[in-house]
Formats: sequence, structure tokens, C-alpha cells
Amino acid sequence: MTERLPPYEFVTAPCGALRLTLAGAEAELRTSGALWLDGERALIAADLHLEKGSSYAARGQMLPPYDTRETLRRLAAEIEALRPRLVILLGDTFHDRRSEERLSRQDAAGLTALAAGRTLVWVVGNHDADGPKALPGEIAGELSIAGLTLRHEPRAGLAPGEVAGHLHPAAKVRAPRGTVRRRCFVTDSERIVLPAFGAYAGGLNVRDAAFAGLFARPPLAGALGGVRVHAVGWRFLAAD
Amino acid sequence: MADAGAQLPDLLPPKFKAWFDGRGWTARAHQLAMIEQARAGRDALLIAPTGGGKTLAGFLPSLIELAERPPANTPAGLHTLYISPLKALAVDVERNLNAPILEMGLPITAESRTGDTGLSRRQRQRVKPPEILLTTPEQLALLCAWEGARLLFESLRCVILDEIHTLHASKRGDLLALDLARLSTLAPHMRRVGLSATVDDPEVIKRWMAGPAGPGAIELVTGPAGAQPIVDMLLSEGRVPWAGHTAQHAMAEVYEAIKRSKTALVFVNTRFQAEFAFQELWRLNDDALPIALHHGSLAAERRRKVEAAMARGALRAVVCTSTLDLGIDWGDVDLVIQLASPKGAARMVQRIGRANHRLDEPSRALFVPANRFEMLECQAAREAIAQNVLDGDPPREGALDVLAQHVMGCACAEPFDMLELYDEVRTAGPYRELSWEDFERVVDFVSTGGYALKTYDRFRRIVRGPDGRWRVRNGEVAQRHRLNVGAIVSPAMLAVRIAGRRGSVGRKIGEIEEGMLEMLDPGDTFVFAGQVWRLMGITNLDVLVQPANDHDAKMPSWGGSKFALSTFLAKRVRQLMTDQDHWRVLPSDVREWLEVQRDRSLIPAEDEMLLETFARGRRHFMVCYSFEGRLAHTTLAMLLTRRLERLGAAPLGFVCNDYALAVWALNPLDGLDYDALFAEDMLGDDLEAWLAESFMMKRAFKGCAIIAGLIERRFPGDRQKTGRQITFSTDLIYDVLRRHEPDHLLLRCARADAATGLIDVARLGQMLSRIRGRIRHARLDHLSPFSVPILLEIGKERSPGQAGEIILHEAEEDLIAEALQ
Repeated sequence: MTERLPPYEFVTAPCGALRLTLAGAEAELRTSGALWLDGERALIAADLHLEKGSSYAARGQMLPPYDTRETLRRLAAEIEALRPRLVILLGDTFHDRRSEERLSRQDAAGLTALAAGRTLVWVVGNHDADGPKALPGEIAGELSIAGLTLRHEPRAGLAPGEVAGHLHPAAKVRAPRGTVRRRCFVTDSERIVLPAFGAYAGGLNVRDAAFAGLFARPPLAGALGGVRVHAVGWRFLAAD
Repeated sequence: MADAGAQLPDLLPPKFKAWFDGRGWTARAHQLAMIEQARAGRDALLIAPTGGGKTLAGFLPSLIELAERPPANTPAGLHTLYISPLKALAVDVERNLNAPILEMGLPITAESRTGDTGLSRRQRQRVKPPEILLTTPEQLALLCAWEGARLLFESLRCVILDEIHTLHASKRGDLLALDLARLSTLAPHMRRVGLSATVDDPEVIKRWMAGPAGPGAIELVTGPAGAQPIVDMLLSEGRVPWAGHTAQHAMAEVYEAIKRSKTALVFVNTRFQAEFAFQELWRLNDDALPIALHHGSLAAERRRKVEAAMARGALRAVVCTSTLDLGIDWGDVDLVIQLASPKGAARMVQRIGRANHRLDEPSRALFVPANRFEMLECQAAREAIAQNVLDGDPPREGALDVLAQHVMGCACAEPFDMLELYDEVRTAGPYRELSWEDFERVVDFVSTGGYALKTYDRFRRIVRGPDGRWRVRNGEVAQRHRLNVGAIVSPAMLAVRIAGRRGSVGRKIGEIEEGMLEMLDPGDTFVFAGQVWRLMGITNLDVLVQPANDHDAKMPSWGGSKFALSTFLAKRVRQLMTDQDHWRVLPSDVREWLEVQRDRSLIPAEDEMLLETFARGRRHFMVCYSFEGRLAHTTLAMLLTRRLERLGAAPLGFVCNDYALAVWALNPLDGLDYDALFAEDMLGDDLEAWLAESFMMKRAFKGCAIIAGLIERRFPGDRQKTGRQITFSTDLIYDVLRRHEPDHLLLRCARADAATGLIDVARLGQMLSRIRGRIRHARLDHLSPFSVPILLEIGKERSPGQAGEIILHEAEEDLIAEALQ
């Protein structure tokens, strides 16, 4: 009765990334949680939530103040490895509207250095609707490259060619040996939702209702492992 | 001796003497001795067997003092504080204490206060306290963190610590010791009284409970020796099984033993075993005997029902876990049955004490070993109990995460001076050796998180005022602290509820640990609360089930035994195994098993460790019989496999139980230098490297983060959110902290916890030094009798947590297989 759909096509790159075609564009799902578009030499990372630690500290919960440093370290490592022409931060780069003020001088300098010699684009999100005040880079609400539309929050319903963040997808993978929960990409090869890149960003289970209706068919999860991205089918994913 | 009352008549006021006489009782010597110590203003530790009037002995001095107090026109205030490890025990003692108060017509109020006490009563108790307050360590911590603490406690004269042996050697004990130090500051004339039935080393307890005057100031009072318990071993007509932990083979005989007794308590080690034994007994229950079930996962009202039925004498047996270990007085229990391994001698004495609350009659107990090693263990425990030598918890150094919670609590109550508080803290037993540097770090942690990167100075939780005293920043911070008080961190629990029609949610039947559910899919059946249920689904924090009629439920494994075999009992098991003359006390099939082991492999000397190697199928096995408990064995196996990997042996897997561990590999394991393989330096770099990535470290870190107040369990006005939940994981914090500040206070706490608890490095270290140069290798061309039990466990275990990558890999490969169909 149901039409058997062809399996998703993907290849694991030597670096551990998952390569697939996204609405016609070649895309690489990186172990770091960033997306790499080789044709455009564009690196895309969503939901950095910089200064989440200090945001909690201001309310009396003293989380280690190293989250910004850690997130930027991982971003710098990707930039070092890939030498992008374009770096796109896909919204909620700051955890709240006052995060930029709390940024330490050292971290601000680190972020500025990352922008040197390339284009840095801040796609704005709900946590950071105004974009940065003093930091370099261009501010955009949406961006089109390689036939893809990059925006922070996924449009409801089907949206072929969309690359978004906002939802912080996480996969609870169930296998005979047990269960493990990891951040993940989620895609039906027409659109993709990126995992949160920030060190303290939590995850929302992809089985949550927030993902309902986004995909034309049961999507594939690219679960972030220690050294590679694991392609996991829908039926191995459990609700929380 | 028992009539010592005659020699010291003046200790007991006439009213009390008359009350004793009216009941046909004579005050016991230790009860009078406790009055004497109180009159002299001394602290006391009373060790007396169950049924010896221990609780009354603890309270008599306070009752007398309060009865003799001249009437005053000011409110009397709190006089005596009683601390029990269990809420139920506090409530039970309230009932028992009010009997003499009412019968003698004493003008004394005694009230309990637990987490279950209504809000209005708790609020009233703070403003207008009873003379005697019966409560738990957590409630005390809460009261100590209240602004009115000084006023509430300044009248306090006595604190009674019941079942003190269960309190001291834990983080709970650390917190209680700190709160006692606080009480001594607020009420310098307060006496400390400890009560216990089973203590192997009173000096350890004294050191823990001592106040500013030190352990030397505590008088030891001992009660009469109770009658020696009669402990039998069930020598099943069916032969003792090689392996397994359920004692299924003996269930019919257990049932017969229940039939022959008035009321039996059937103790097991895990909730899973409780459910299993309960099912099995009801399968056999042709006489429809009232047999009930009691364990910590059952809903509180279900447990209360069972307890009430028990008190009425309406039950013939209760299958229970450690929830019924402690002192609630149940009248008519005349038999205690221990199903499967006792794990430790002191715990057994405690459990056996549940039977028969009369001093002069022996308690009766029946051990039911589930396998052959357990047969040795039961025998060793019997002998230890007969000789009255017990295992006990070693003294511990106070945990710094607990200290952090306490410092915050102090700041919530009133501003503190750092030096004064340091001196006060060091009067608490577990913190006597605390260095000023560590204390400073803890205060810094409480204030700003204690990070090397000083960016949080403007967000301090406690601030230093111009008077030099530290106070809490504002009322909201204090309120949040009070919501998170306590040193017990339990795993995430989900409520089990009956699913109604059209998705409605029905009655709650209990709680289960989150991890257990990972093995069940909707539609699966499992046994819980003595019934078979079908899992319908899981919502946010509820597990929805419906009754199922299946007889063969998919039985979730609730993990191995929660308790590890005690070091003390392990040593006795090794002695029994080594001493061939001793074997005659064992049943013939177990004796035969030992004899075949001797002939086909070897029996090591007491201080040696036997290591066997053999091939089986295409695998090479190495089995070590180290008898150090499952936790230490698991750590050892992890470290050994790392080393074997480096030696090119290609290890494939391992399995552990309380007695032994087995490793198997692709390449032979018998040409190795075992002394080098088991060298103690494996606890250095190898351990560090493994530990850093280990899920056990992450779990330990989470516990410390919660206790220290880095992560809050509850927020004010916290409601269960419906809809989206973004989970915020302490693992993320752990990873970031480990990379950027590996010496942070909380990582130190987590390492210390993992080393003593989850991975038992301390015990492993002692063992490695014990067997140095004493490994006896037997190279076999077949299995040995000893190796069978452990090999039978292969395949039954899941490897938790650290197998994350493997799990991802498995799911992925299945997907590929599916795609290629």
C-alpha cells in the first residue's frame, strides 16, 4: 500500500562528515555541527548562544564562564580547517540582548579575528533580533546562496531549499545495546535543520511536535558522534 | 545486672518509677546510665540491641528534665531535637513517645516534622515549636538555613541521633555533622546523644558525632547483649544452582517457611528481585496467605497501606528491600528471610533484628543463597554474626560540595564571619582536617562559582558587607537555596500511572528510574508493584501503563545488586574457601564443587588471587577471582582491557560479578607477565585517561553540581512544563569545565566521589597491593568449576553509558542493512 521510498543517499567523508545533496546543492554535515557548502566555500553554524553562562550567572546560577571561549574555539577550528570565504552565523548567536556587553575583551577580539579576510554574516534570530552592535560583519534577516535559503527559524510546512536552526534538534538513538542522546542535523534532503553549535545549548528531541510537518517524508538524522556524524533513520529514533 | 535500677533509685523520679511499675517494667541499667550521663551534662553514644528500650533510653533524660522544669511564663521553646534517617521512623517514634507522655500526664509536646508534614503545621512549628521535635537531616538543614534559626535553636538542650550507624558514612552524614556544629554554636549547652543497635567500631561513630570537645568527651553506654540470633541456611532439596541471583530454585521451601511462621519479612537486595520473588510466592500461594510487597519505587500511599496492615498483624509475609531495614516497630515478625547474598554482616544483623522485639528471645533468620558463591558468602556471614564481628563503614572525609551547600545555608540564616565559620566547621567530625585553602575555595565557589576566570564578581550569590561578614545577596537567592537543600541525589524518576481512556492520566502506582525505561518499547510488558503492566506510552514525566494479562512479562533488569560485597565479608569468604577442613559445614554439592575446583584447577591461599586462562571456541579467556565486589571489578576490567589492548591481545569483552571478573580476547592471554599486568600504576595515568571520558565521572559530577548548588533541582514556582522541553545537560558543563579549568573544585569533588563510590578505586588499590607477587596462575585446557558462574553471566549484561559510540554505530549499520534489503 505504501510506496517504498528510495533510501537516503549519503557518503561519509574521511574527516567523519556526512556528504549529501540538499535541494540540489552539495552539502557537508560536519562533526562539529556546522554545515559546509563547498561550492560557495561557506560555513554555516546555528545557535551559538554566546554568553549563556553569564546569563545564568546574572540570575544566581554560576555556570562555568567558559562557554563563549569554548564555542569560539570550536568555530575557529572549523575555519582553520576549511578556510571559508563566507561564515554565516544562523541566528541566536548571542543568548540574550545584553550578551554582547558581557563578552570579555579576549573573546570579542577572538571573534573579530575570525572575521578577518572573509565575509561574516549575522543572520538574526529571536534571541538577538538586532544583530551585533560593535562587532564586525553584515546583518541579514535571510540569505540566499547556492539556491538555498538560509534563515534562523524554519518556516512551518514544507520549505524546499531551506537551511535553518532555532529548534536545537537532538536525536535519541535506540539500538539493541542501549540508548544514546546526541545533537543532530535533521534533513529530508530538501531542507535541513542544524544542531545548536553553542557549548551550553540544550537539545530538543526531533520527535517533538515542533518538528511535525516540516518534512515531506520521515527525515534522516545526522547524529553527532565523537569523530563522525552518524546517519540514523527515523525508526531508530525514540521520543524522550 | 538487669536490676541495676535498684542501686540507683534516685535517678528515676517517682512519677516515672510509678509508670514503669504500672507496666510491670523495671528500668534497665543502660536507661538509667543515660539519665546519669544527662545529669552530668555529658554526650553519650548508646549501643543496645533491638528490643532493649533504646529509643526510650534516649528520650528519658529529656522527659525527666522537662517534667521537672518549673513552670515559666515565657514560651518554653525547643528542648530536644530527634533526628531519624527515615521519615516514617520519625512519625513512628512520635507515636511511641506520646504514649508515656500521655500516660504520665506530662506537660510536654512532641511533634514530628518531615517533608510530608502539612505546610501550616510546619510554619507554626517554626514560630511556636514543640518541646520535642522529631525530624530528618534534610528538615534540619532547612531549619538551619532559615533566618529565624538562632531564635529557634538557642533553647535547645539535647539532640538525639537515631540509627546513627546509617547516617554517618555518607554525604548525608557530612551535612548532618555540619548542622550539628551549627547547633552547638547557637546552643552551646546542647548535648549530643547517639543511638544504634549495630556498630562494629564505636570510635568511628564517636569521631563523627563529636562536637567542639572532641570524641573523648562522649561516654559510651552499652545495653545488655541480646540473645544470640538463630541463623539457619536453607539447604534446598533441589541442588544449589551454579549461577543466578533470584533463588528461584528454593521458592517452594521459602513459601513453606512463611507458612510455618507467624509473620515473615523476606529481604531481597534489589527492587527487581522483590518483584520477582513476590510473583513467585503468589504463584505458589495456594493457601492465599496475605503476602505483600514493599520497596522504594512504590507510591507512598501503597507503602503506608502495607505498613499499616503489618502493624495490625494482618500480613503473613512482606517481600521488601532495604526500605524496611530500619527500626520501625512492627510487633509480630518472628522470621527474617534473606533471599540471595547478604553482602555484609552488619546489614544482616540489622535485618535480623527486625524479627522479635524481645530481648531475651533469639531472633530467627533464614538465609537462602541463590548460587554457590553465595552459599560460601551466607556461611561466612553466619559465622561472623555468631562471633559478633561485623563490618562497618570506614570514617570519611567530608565532601566539599556538601560544605558548599552548608556555607550557603549559613549565609541564608544570618551573616557569617569567615574565620568564625571555619572554626565552627572544623568541629564537625568529617571536616576536622579541612584546610583554610579549601575552605576559602568553597566560600569563593558559593559566592561566584569559584572560577579562575573572574568574570562573575558582579553576580555574587553571597556578598561581603562593610562589617566583614558574608550575607546572601537577596531573598530570592535564599529562597532558591532552600528549595534545593539536601544531600540525597536520586536518579531521574518517572511516575508510573494508569492510562485512562482517550489519553487521560489516572492513578499513580509508583515511580521508576528513567534508565529502566530505555529497555522497554510501547506494547512491552513488565512487572511492577506486583502486577504485569503494558507500557502504553511516555509523556513528559509520566509512564502510562495498563494492566496486562500476560504471564511472561518482559522483565526489565533493574541492575545488579545495589550493595557491593563488603570487604570484611569478602575476606571471610576467601578464608572459608581456602580452609579445606572448614568445607564440611557446607552442603555436599557445594563441597563437591570446591573439590573439583581443587583437582582441576587450584584453590589459592587466602592472600593470593587465582587467575585462570583457557580457550573456548575461538576465544581466549582470563578469569580472576578477586572477591572485591562488582564496582571495583568493573573498574579493574576496564583498566585491564586497556592494557591488554596495548599488549596486542585484542580483548573483546568482559563481565563482572561480586566475586570474579572474566575478560575474553582474540589472542591467547596465558603468556603474559601478570604481575606487570596487575601493577598498581594502572591507577595512575590509565585511570585518569579512562575516567575523564567515563560516564561515571559525568554522573558523579552531576551529583556534586546539584548538591553544591551549581545546578538547581527546583526553581520557585516550578511547574511541569508541557510542550517543548529543551533539556539542559550537566554533561555539557562537565565537558567545558574539564577543558578550561580541570582543577575546579567540583571536578575534584566528582573525582573523589567516583573513586570511593561508583568505581571504588580505593578498594581496588588495596586489592592490587594485596595481590602483588601473589597471583596464582592456572593454565587450563577446560573450564573450571569456579569459572562457570561468571561465564553464565556473559550476554546477560548491558554495558551502560560508555557504549555511546557503539550504540550509534549499531543503529547506523542496521539502517544500511535496511536500505540494502
